[in-house]
Amino acid sequence: MRRSSDSLLKPLTAALAGISALLLVGMLGFLLAESWPALAHGGWLRFASLDWYPLEGRFGLTAMCIATLAVAALATLLAAPLGLACALFARFQAPPALAAGFRGLLALMAGVPSVVYGFWGLTVLVPLLARWQPPGASLLAAGLVLALMILPTVALLAHAALAAVPRTLLDGAAALGLSRRATLLKVAVPAARRGIGGGVLLGLARALGETMAVLMVAGNVVQLPASVFDPVRVLTANIALEMAYATGTHRAGLFVSGLLLALLALGLAWFAARLEPRHA
Amino acid sequence: MKRFLIFLATLLAALAILPGAQAAGGKLVLTGSSTVAPLALEIGKRFEAMNPGVRVDVQTGGSSRGVADAMNGLADIGLVSRALKPEETKTLTAHTLALDGVALIVHAGNPVRQLDDAQIKAIYTGQTRNWRAAGGADLPITVVNKAEGRSTLELFLHYTGLKNSQIRAQAVIGDNQQGIKTVAGNPGAIGYVSIGAAEYAVEHGVPIKLLPMAGVPATTGAVRSGRFPLSRPLNLVTRGAPSPLAARFIAFARSPAVRDLIEAQYFVPPPR
Amino acid sequence: MHNPGDRLFGLALWGAAVGVTAVFAWLFADIARLGLGSLSLDFIATAPENAGRDGGIAPILVSTLLILGVAVGVAAPVGLGAAVWLNTYTRAGSRGGRRIRLALDMLAGMPSIVFGLFGNAFFSVFLGLGFSILSGGLTLAAMILPIFIRTVEAGLGAVEDGWRLGAAALGLTRSAALAHVILPAAAPAIGAGLMLGIGRAAAETAALIFTSGYVDRMPESLADSGRALAVHIYDLSMNVAGGDVHAAASALVLVALVACVNLMAVALSRRWLTRRLAV
Repeated sequence: MRRSSDSLLKPLTAALAGISALLLVGMLGFLLAESWPALAHGGWLRFASLDWYPLEGRFGLTAMCIATLAVAALATLLAAPLGLACALFARFQAPPALAAGFRGLLALMAGVPSVVYGFWGLTVLVPLLARWQPPGASLLAAGLVLALMILPTVALLAHAALAAVPRTLLDGAAALGLSRRATLLKVAVPAARRGIGGGVLLGLARALGETMAVLMVAGNVVQLPASVFDPVRVLTANIALEMAYATGTHRAGLFVSGLLLALLALGLAWFAARLEPRHA
Repeated sequence: MKRFLIFLATLLAALAILPGAQAAGGKLVLTGSSTVAPLALEIGKRFEAMNPGVRVDVQTGGSSRGVADAMNGLADIGLVSRALKPEETKTLTAHTLALDGVALIVHAGNPVRQLDDAQIKAIYTGQTRNWRAAGGADLPITVVNKAEGRSTLELFLHYTGLKNSQIRAQAVIGDNQQGIKTVAGNPGAIGYVSIGAAEYAVEHGVPIKLLPMAGVPATTGAVRSGRFPLSRPLNLVTRGAPSPLAARFIAFARSPAVRDLIEAQYFVPPPR
Repeated sequence: MHNPGDRLFGLALWGAAVGVTAVFAWLFADIARLGLGSLSLDFIATAPENAGRDGGIAPILVSTLLILGVAVGVAAPVGLGAAVWLNTYTRAGSRGGRRIRLALDMLAGMPSIVFGLFGNAFFSVFLGLGFSILSGGLTLAAMILPIFIRTVEAGLGAVEDGWRLGAAALGLTRSAALAHVILPAAAPAIGAGLMLGIGRAAAETAALIFTSGYVDRMPESLADSGRALAVHIYDLSMNVAGGDVHAAASALVLVALVACVNLMAVALSRRWLTRRLAV
């Protein structure tokens, strides 16, 4: 018997797992190193201001940070209830053939690249909004496009969670004389809340990290939005918009945007991990 | 398991070797301005076809990137869509490839026919917020500005004498087409883009119109004659004397053999 | 039984589904109307001309597939190894395993543009790979790795203990049992994880702009810069006058490509489920 391959297996696979996890450390390290020229001079406070004029030495990220959260929150608020409704529809309301077709459509839309959503948003949605509330490219446009983008994911994951709710539980509720609405909303949804919550968090993470679709429709003005019709610039769009044009401290300032974005994502992942039950 | 290890080893070996592979006839790397990049790409293709074995790689970015890359040697040739600044000409040499203008555009339905420089400044600094004040309909103005680092922005700031922090924009865009799409989709919008791109859009039925600058109509013809105030050279820049291959490419790019390519991108071939 | 509240609730669900379907149909119809006309075999088989306004997307498709190939070629072996370790050698709730899982989940939630920044700083500049298919592929490998590991780990965990016990009873070493019994049993999950990763990588734009670059010529080696399909769509719609038609046509190709990959993922995971039921 060859035991030598066994003695190799553990350290080798452990090394591969280690490398994979170290990617996180490496990534944060590189972001920090590249940000350093901007972080080292002028201190942290320069990033706390509202104004982003990197060529005039002003690197405020606060407005973009708030805009990022606002856009992601708006998209999630729109997509979560609608996605849940779609999942309930496909699981409990639609005739089986229609449900299968509807699920297929959701799966197809979940695979549509974000740049396609952005393209459509820029050529169709923004002009429509502009006619109603100029300038059109706005927090609302970004929220709508992102909601559309994450809705299939939210719906599919909610559907999977609802499908895992035991039939007996629902039958029991019906036998107790609960109305259908109450059975679904008070029994099925709470029973599947972990899966649904996981899907919503995943959607939120995607909305937070989306770049191209937002860049194309959000208007990209660095400011605190006074209403949903105001244009905003999010952190991801800031990087994509200026990275190819930036040198020196300007480039370092964009890496600070990336670092901040990474920290936001880390916070979200940490929060999601706390929601999950400890692994059994 | 063993097969898996062998696979991994082969893969790593392949990865180690591949970056060493080089094109036989030499390789030129061009980086910089996104305005020049599509044109440089087309010229590069024709140059490759005439010089088998040569490869021309074009990477898009901005003019400042083109200057920096040519300066530190990352690129053989930098693409810069503006005239070089005095301090840049100490180390870099510019070879003008074509001319381009930057024009103000508004929606085709906008009755405003022209704006003087003071009006442009008032609109871009947010003092004028409604088209009524500029002789148009009662419609809020959507100011479209360019993102930092773009040479179109630098040119516009230079012309108006404004600082970017003085501009109050309602939309900030990256590339020309985003600007054209934004203005075409918004009756109250005003923006500035490359004249070539705007003329192409107008000819293809996009609902925008070009405003004259200081009384000179915004056309490629006016750019050609040198009368248009907001015009700029599109440059290939090199540090010191270019390599023989780069010199051949530059000569080719400035020859009549690429005139049709320049015009196909709606730029103006340089006067000869 | 049909009380008015139920009817209203049912109507609301129908309304949501019809509304969502209508919006997606609208989106799809717009793209198809614009792009379908120029979609042909020629479009797929020829090189772009005139900055992408004319010609096709052949080199771009090849670049896209090469980038995906590099990403999968790197992520698959590394991910398999990591998943095997997590599944075989970390006891439930052990500290090391939990930390690595948390790190992987955090990586999985990282925005793609952050991977792009990292790839640009590490692969393109630090390792000197420049703008190349290799840089782009390695960046995407890093991006899809965490999801792939977690999917495979779940697949390995679902392999019944009977298989392991049987293999041990036959006197197979751990590595032999892995190679001949457990990995084959989890093959559909591995396939599904790969397809999920490929689907995500194929749709990626932001991470590739700074790593694999912009060159739309047929790549000759992995050290060449190559434009991915999603980057092509972005450039055509944002930077090329009159590029919309071909942007839409390219979008149709990309959607079809991603749909095929996703269909394969669904088929594989379904086979995995039925296999588990059959055992």
